[in-house]
Amino acid sequence: MSGIPHDHYEPKTGFTKAVNSRLPIIGLIYDTLMIPTPKNLNWMWIWGIVLAFCLALQIVTGIVLVMHYTPHVDLAFRSVEHIMRDVNGGHMLRYLHANGASLFFFAVYLHIFRGLYYGSYKAPREITWIIGMIIYLLMMATGFMGYVLPWGQMSFWGATVITGLFGAIPFIGEPIQTWLLGGPAVDNATLNRFFSLHYLLPFVIAGLVIVHIWAFHNTGNNNPTGVEVRRTSKAEAEKDTLPFWPYFVIKDLFALGVVLIAFFAVVGFMPNYLGHPDNYIEANPLSTPAHIVPEWYFLPFYAILRAFTADVWLVQIISFLTGGIVDAKFFGVLAMFGAIIAMALVPWTDTSSVRSGKYRPMFKVAYWLLVFFFLGLTWAGAQGTDLIMVGILDGHPVFMQALSGADFDNTIGMSAPGFALIGSAYWFGYFFVILPLLGIIEKPLPMPATIEEDFIAHYPSAAKEPAE
Amino acid sequence: MIKKLTLSALTALGLSASAAMAAGSGGHIHDVDFSFEGPFGKYDQMQLQRGLQIFTEVCTACHGMKFVPIRTLADEGGPELPEDQVRAYAAQYPVNDEAANMHLFDYEEGAARPLTENDHFPANASQNAPDLSLMAKARAGFHGPAGTGINQFLKGIGGPEYIVAILTGYTGEEKVEAGTTYYENTAFSTGWIAMAPPLYGEDVEFADGHSNELHHEAEDVAAFLMWAAEPKMMARKKAGFVAVTFLVILTSLLFLTNKKLWAPHKGKKTTL
Repeated sequence: MSGIPHDHYEPKTGFTKAVNSRLPIIGLIYDTLMIPTPKNLNWMWIWGIVLAFCLALQIVTGIVLVMHYTPHVDLAFRSVEHIMRDVNGGHMLRYLHANGASLFFFAVYLHIFRGLYYGSYKAPREITWIIGMIIYLLMMATGFMGYVLPWGQMSFWGATVITGLFGAIPFIGEPIQTWLLGGPAVDNATLNRFFSLHYLLPFVIAGLVIVHIWAFHNTGNNNPTGVEVRRTSKAEAEKDTLPFWPYFVIKDLFALGVVLIAFFAVVGFMPNYLGHPDNYIEANPLSTPAHIVPEWYFLPFYAILRAFTADVWLVQIISFLTGGIVDAKFFGVLAMFGAIIAMALVPWTDTSSVRSGKYRPMFKVAYWLLVFFFLGLTWAGAQGTDLIMVGILDGHPVFMQALSGADFDNTIGMSAPGFALIGSAYWFGYFFVILPLLGIIEKPLPMPATIEEDFIAHYPSAAKEPAE
Repeated sequence: MIKKLTLSALTALGLSASAAMAAGSGGHIHDVDFSFEGPFGKYDQMQLQRGLQIFTEVCTACHGMKFVPIRTLADEGGPELPEDQVRAYAAQYPVNDEAANMHLFDYEEGAARPLTENDHFPANASQNAPDLSLMAKARAGFHGPAGTGINQFLKGIGGPEYIVAILTGYTGEEKVEAGTTYYENTAFSTGWIAMAPPLYGEDVEFADGHSNELHHEAEDVAAFLMWAAEPKMMARKKAGFVAVTFLVILTSLLFLTNKKLWAPHKGKKTTL
């Protein structure tokens, strides 16, 4: 695979010859493991292995949890407590699974932003990118439905709010929402179908992960320079690459170890830090929590959803032009899904011929602003819509809850919703305005001609022949 | 504090925490230095037993604890009562709300049967009081600053602290609204709580002669409720410590392996 010249598997014994001629499985495994990999990959290229580990962890812990869990509105919460109290090691299984979801999303965000910085989405890797975006969407669906299963207050009300988004679609929204929920409101039918899909989707993800890996094994890995591996001869290719096994397997396992140290510290010492206390209250359809907050990994998009309120002039114009069909709620839903679609379309909106952000001075500024706003949106998504920064005291920003009708003329006023609006605007601006323009106006920096050159720039003594 | 700093260093990869704190918050909650906090924290068995006594003599009048099996009082890492005491405790435990515990109803006797250690603590919905099984995990004592979750990272989520603050936060003011009496409480979100002050100090006599001042009682029952909500906490922290130690060793070995593996290609000499 990968079009990079390298040695292919040659069966040597009679047995391997017999097997491989009937089913080339040994050759497939060999070629997958020995794929020539750019030797200048940096530490941001380790998240793929972390993600593969997360998927395996979630499937294994999840399958065991299912053996003890009961998907029924009267029994679900109780069965989770049964797991926490009576099942051998059940508390560890559940905390690993709950925090495993957080690690999964933490890693996927770093993986995605790695791709955005180094232009991993650009030709010829568009399909890898698109498959990755589909995996990310399925992860969000799976994570959301998994959070509903313990049937706590946040489970119930989160499900109510998120499925309500579909209800915002004009004309057909309500029938769609009813169809999704299996009834007029979140109830047993909802819990059962979420349970079923929460079990199914990880296996769909696993299948897509194989396609994702297949796709980039076919194009070869991107690398920090964005310069392609030389394919003109095997000798040149070998100067740019090293086989995946053992060089990158050991490197990735080391990195995975570092990540897991932090992960197990969280699981062992603060497993509820990333959760919400309200989810330890059994679901009660008659009592709405004061603040409905989704899991942290949805917050950036939740902030975008809530940013477009009815007093935003753009919303008012669109609402007027569509005769009220696109109201603020539907606009918010379109913005939220649009934000992810914008990211999925980046292979075609980025017009620059230079792949890696390393050699794009203006892009770097735009990119780090995107990161800043993404983190800011995460923050804004967790706030009540009424948190206002009222001033700065001893160098620290001071926040307070806005009272309705309060007069904030004298403040330097930066509210969470206000920030969310700026952040949302930047998100769309980055993908649809800045990236297309930069390709035209930006003057890229000089790039190394080959990966070997970049590698030697890092390790000058590597220029000598390997001392093997 | 040192323990907490160690923890911060371990987890300094910076997992975002924003979901952990919705903005809604009540009055001021003091940080209590519970024995079970930090990576090496352990429950104080004597404190849990005192808390159990307060829970039994005071809280059970109105509150249930339906997710906690009575037998777990004898479990390691809990109050660790002897098994015969747990059996005796279960047998004398009153079922204050029969309607909420129909599975215990004995139709021949026309009343709830006596509990055994294999039953859960009974539910109690008679006064509309919330179940206490998970109360210490269902409330957050700390928030912010500015919605960042840093306080929860440093001090813990603060469930037990919140319970202490509620139990000690009564000002003595009362008001009646629509036939319900509300009591002013500095820790409660609205400032007025429907629960009458349950503890005044010297409400129970401890066999070990421990102080029964209000704040001691409040801390003891909060610690007990933390155990009720998280009975496997000590086992979990031990597992976490073993996992982290093992991973530090494994990762160090992988680091050295990786270094040696790559050295010839980076033109470096290895000393290994």
